[in-house]
Amino acid sequence: MATQQTRALGKLAVSPSVFALFMWMIVPLAMTIYFSFLRYNLLDPNPICSLLSPGALLDAENRCLAGITNYSYFLTDPAFFKAMGNSLKLVGWVLAISVVGGTLLALLLDQAFYGRGFVRIMMIAPFLVMPTVSALVWKNMMMNPVSGFLAYLFKLVGLQPIDWFAHAPMTAVVLMVAWQWVPFATLILLTSLQSLDEEQKEAAEMDGTPPLSYFWYIVLPHLIRPMTVVILIETIFLLNVFAEIYVTGTAGRAGNLPFLVYQYGLIANDIGGASAGGIIAVILANIVAFFLMRMIGKNLDA
Amino acid sequence: MGTISLIKARKAFGDAVIIPGADLDIKDGEFVVFVGPSGCGKSTLLRMIAGLEDLTSGAIHIDGKDMTNEAPSKRGLSMVFQSYALYPHMSVRGNISFGLKMAGLPKAEIDAKVAKAASTLNLTEYLDRKPRQLSGGQRQRVAIGRAIVRNPEGFLFDEPLSNLDAALRVNMRLEIMQMHKDLGATMIYVTHDQVEAMTMADRIVVLNRGVIEQVGSPLELYNRPDSLFVAGFIGSPKMNLIQGSEAKKFDATTIGIRPEHLAISEKAGTWTAKIRLAEHLGADTFLHVDAGPCGMMTVRAEGEYDATADAKIFLTPEPSRIHRFDKDGKAIRK
Ligand SMILES: Nc1ncnc2c1ncn2[C@@H]1O[C@H](COP(=O)(O)OP(=O)(O)OP(=O)(O)O)[C@@H](O)[C@H]1O
Ligand SMILES: [Mg+2]
Repeated sequence: MATQQTRALGKLAVSPSVFALFMWMIVPLAMTIYFSFLRYNLLDPNPICSLLSPGALLDAENRCLAGITNYSYFLTDPAFFKAMGNSLKLVGWVLAISVVGGTLLALLLDQAFYGRGFVRIMMIAPFLVMPTVSALVWKNMMMNPVSGFLAYLFKLVGLQPIDWFAHAPMTAVVLMVAWQWVPFATLILLTSLQSLDEEQKEAAEMDGTPPLSYFWYIVLPHLIRPMTVVILIETIFLLNVFAEIYVTGTAGRAGNLPFLVYQYGLIANDIGGASAGGIIAVILANIVAFFLMRMIGKNLDA
Repeated sequence: MGTISLIKARKAFGDAVIIPGADLDIKDGEFVVFVGPSGCGKSTLLRMIAGLEDLTSGAIHIDGKDMTNEAPSKRGLSMVFQSYALYPHMSVRGNISFGLKMAGLPKAEIDAKVAKAASTLNLTEYLDRKPRQLSGGQRQRVAIGRAIVRNPEGFLFDEPLSNLDAALRVNMRLEIMQMHKDLGATMIYVTHDQVEAMTMADRIVVLNRGVIEQVGSPLELYNRPDSLFVAGFIGSPKMNLIQGSEAKKFDATTIGIRPEHLAISEKAGTWTAKIRLAEHLGADTFLHVDAGPCGMMTVRAEGEYDATADAKIFLTPEPSRIHRFDKDGKAIRK
């Protein structure tokens, strides 16, 4: 792309795909924003207030325009605060577990041992399982209070098995989601560990660094960047956890924001309210992403 | 104090024997340079001394004590790595003080030592910078500072100057020599560079495929090479090696004569040669000549030698400077 002309040509050539991508993103977003200002409920006996009737907005009494009612209703719903709390709890715990667990596992897998290649490949497997499937497996095979593997282990050491979904739904969801995301963190941190300069290790050895100090002063600073990347990526995905909550039926106590939006839209059939909730979730996610990006930006600068 | 002895030190990686068995005694305060072609095991030998590489068999004594299985930090040696191996996220101060901190010295003492090292190495104003904000030469100095503060019995350098430009290299070379004089510590220095080896060393150790070919002072190696390998390796440009009938005349399989030990004449001499190429360095001119039965040779002419291509010249070797080697490449001494 050296000359003016080739640059212009290049722009022209990519414009259709840029346009398509833009539309792909903007149309659903625009429609959601549009719906969020409508009094639009599928169970509404007045059929005018639906997209299907183009005259709806011209209705004399403006019955279908909801103004900010949908937003104020969603934001003042006690369920909203609970869902938001659950979202934060879920993200926070899974992040903590996957960063700490991922670091420890990465350190372990960085050692030379027999069958390391195989273990490394198996390690990533949980990440590749569909969330719905993993939730089903955890629900029926691991956490079932009667026949689950965890119940078996508990009984083996003489403890009372836990009915996870009834008594510790949040913990159960956190465990399932963490099981999927620890491998991701491990993989990224392991690649980073392997890029740690060999001569630096030796310099530390010459300096007589004991193992813990070595980890603290040499390895950890090296891992800070990949850790922030893990945190950013995982946060974005963890804010959207849905399948695990849906499949295990733990929405009552562990339901998060996406699940609340689902409840508004598909259980209460309140499309307007669900859209408003969706937009609020998008805004919140953007705020989180903004702060994370700044944090990472600082880290990448340093 | 800082004596270092290798006793049949052997190193093999699996089946590959890198150092078949090295014996070497290094005196206290000596500056020893390891030279040899790439891949001959210089770094490996140095790392064995440092304790970064286990010995397959044999022993290493430092300061008279058997240190074969001692941890690197307990050997009283400091190492300066080729790539410096500074800790990138620590400031210069952090880098220099890290070893002392790990040794558990009190803070005041660490600060004093760091300040002293920094002022010797002209690093005082850079103490709070990160390594990547420094130039190559400054990084090198930080690496040396890190080695100095631990006040070791001996220093190990693995090609410390190879990443620097020519002018800086000369400077750093002088600084290291000055440092050696001031500290009086034993130093082992690995290099590719002829000039570094000749100028810095008290003794040079020439390695060939992991075997110590010869140990001696620079001039000993220059004047009395024990083998063809040493003869060809020490000296720049390389010694001319002549085989065949010309060598027979001297009762040898190969004879060697350095470019600076050939007298040039336009009228008469032992060998006739045709000039093929001349390299003008200002102070000297190196002539690449075709000397018939002796093959291609390099000759040093003093000053600006006016060489026309294909001109015929006569060469006469200084008789006392002819090196003779037998068929195994060993020197034949009279
Ligand atoms: N960890 C290892 N495993 C197997 N072989 C090795 C290992 N480390 C070094 N070698 C081999 O040992 C030989 C000597 O290596 P070494 O690094 O000591 O060479 P060197 O003399 O320092 O070379 P250079 O001047 O290029 O640095 C090389 O042939 C190298 O391939
Ligand atoms: Mg080397």
